[in-house]
Amino acid sequence: MQVEFELLMPKTLSEALTMLAPAAERGLADSSTPVMPIAGGTNVIPDLRDGRLRPAVLMDVSALDVLRGIRRENDLPGGLPGGLPGGRHGGGFIIIGGGTTIATLLTDPLIAQHAAALRQAAAVFANPLVRNRATVAGNLADASPAADTAPPLLVLDAEVELTSRSGTRWAPVEAFMVGVRKTVRRPAELITAIRFPVPPANSASAFHKVGLRKADAISVLSVAVLVECDADGLCHKARIALGSVAPTPIRARAAEDRLQGQVLTPALIEAAARLAAEAARPIDDLRGSAVYRQRVVGVVTRRLLTAVVDQARKVSSQFFGESPTPEEQSHATQSHHTQS
Amino acid sequence: MQPKVITLKVNGRRHAVASMPNVTLLYALRDLGYTDVKNGCEKGDCGACAVLLNGKAVNSCLVLAWQADGAEIVTNAGLGTLDRPHPLQAAFADTGAIQCGYCTPGMLISAKALLDATPHPSDGEIREALSGNLCRCTGYDHIIEAVQLAAERMGE
Repeated sequence: MQVEFELLMPKTLSEALTMLAPAAERGLADSSTPVMPIAGGTNVIPDLRDGRLRPAVLMDVSALDVLRGIRRENDLPGGLPGGLPGGRHGGGFIIIGGGTTIATLLTDPLIAQHAAALRQAAAVFANPLVRNRATVAGNLADASPAADTAPPLLVLDAEVELTSRSGTRWAPVEAFMVGVRKTVRRPAELITAIRFPVPPANSASAFHKVGLRKADAISVLSVAVLVECDADGLCHKARIALGSVAPTPIRARAAEDRLQGQVLTPALIEAAARLAAEAARPIDDLRGSAVYRQRVVGVVTRRLLTAVVDQARKVSSQFFGESPTPEEQSHATQSHHTQS
Repeated sequence: MQPKVITLKVNGRRHAVASMPNVTLLYALRDLGYTDVKNGCEKGDCGACAVLLNGKAVNSCLVLAWQADGAEIVTNAGLGTLDRPHPLQAAFADTGAIQCGYCTPGMLISAKALLDATPHPSDGEIREALSGNLCRCTGYDHIIEAVQLAAERMGE
C-alpha cells in the first residue's frame, strides 16, 4: 500500500488499552493522532488504500483471543446500566466478544437458538471470504447506515461494551452510532463485547435484506423485527429496526408502540408496517430511490412481522398455552422428548 | 515505518521475511514467489487472492502480513501438483471450468474450504461458498459442475 503507518501488535488486552490511552497519559510528549484499531481489516484496509483513512498508527487486535467467542452469562457482576443490579433479567445475557467473526455467528448454537435475526443477517453479510475475517465489533465501529448486524442488534436491545484503561461503559447500539461513520467510541476505548438479554422463549426475530444481487450486496434497505407474544397473539414486546434508510440504522418506535399491548391481527400488522415505512428517511442513491426504499420497508416489515408473530404464537401455545390443539399438543410433547 | 521479520508457513514451507507494516499478505506471498495467488480488486470483492489462513478461506488482500505472522497458509499450489493434482484441480480441468484462469486459484481455495466442511454440498451450498469469487469468463456453471464432480470423486 502507498499509505504509511506504524502498526502496533499488542499481545494482551491490557497492553492494547495502554496503547490506546492518550499520549499524555502514557507519558509521551506528542499528542499525535489517535491509534486506530484494526481487526478483520475488511473495511479498514480498502479505506487505507483509497486514502479515506490516514491514521499514523494502527493497532491490530485480531490476535487477542480474549475478545473472541460467544457465551451466556446469567448474572453480570458489573450490574446493569442505570445502576440496576446484575441478573435482573431472568434469562441472562448473551455476550459476543468484540473480535468474534461474522462466520462464527453462523455456527454458534446460542445465536441459532436465541437470535435468528442476527444469524440471518450474518448469512447474507458480504461473502464467505469476508465473513471469515470481519468482526461484529468492526461492523458496528464502521457505522455504515447499511451495517448488516445493526438492525438485528437493535431489535435484540443490544449494548456495546467500550473499555479503556479507566474502565468500562455500555452504550446501547441505538446510541452508539450517531451518524454516517460516526460513533460515540472515544479514542482511548476499544469495543470489547456486544451483549443482549436472552429473549424469552415466546418470542421470535427475523431479518431481511433487500440487495441488488444474492451475495456480496450492500443493502438497498434492511429490516429486523422481534416480537414477544402469547398464544392468543397478545403482544408483550415489539421491536422493529431499519437499515440503509437513514444516516444510521434506526428503530421504528411509532410502529413498535402500535403493536405493544395489542392483539397482533393482520390489520394491526399492516398498520405497524405503514408506520415503519413512515419512519424511514431514505435518500436516492445508486442502489435505489427514496420512494422505492420507503415503500419496500413497509412490505418487508409486514412480511417479517407476519412470520415472527406466527412463530412466537406457536411457541407460546406449545409451552404456555391453555388449550392447544391436539396437533400442537403432540408437537409439544415431541419437543419435550427431544430436549430430554 | 520499520520492517519486522515475520514467519509464514506456506504450503508446508517456512519462510522468515522482513516485511513492512503496510504490506498485505497478498504482496508478501507474491514476493515469495507464490504467484498463484492473484491480485484482482484488492478490496475483498473478487476473491482472486483467496488463501487458506489457518484453515479458513480469506482474501489475502485484506490481511496485513504482520497479522499473519506465525500462521499456516495454503495457496492453490499447495493443494496439489501437476503430476498429482487435487481432485478439485483435476475436476476444474475436466469440466472446462477454466478459461482465462485468473479466478481459478481463488475458486479452488473457496471450494476446498467448502469440501473440508461439507463433503457432499448441494448446488446451492456450492454457489453460496463461491459467492465471494468472481469469474468473468465461464459463467459459473462449469465451475459448479467441477465442484460437484470433485465431491463425487472424493466420496468414492
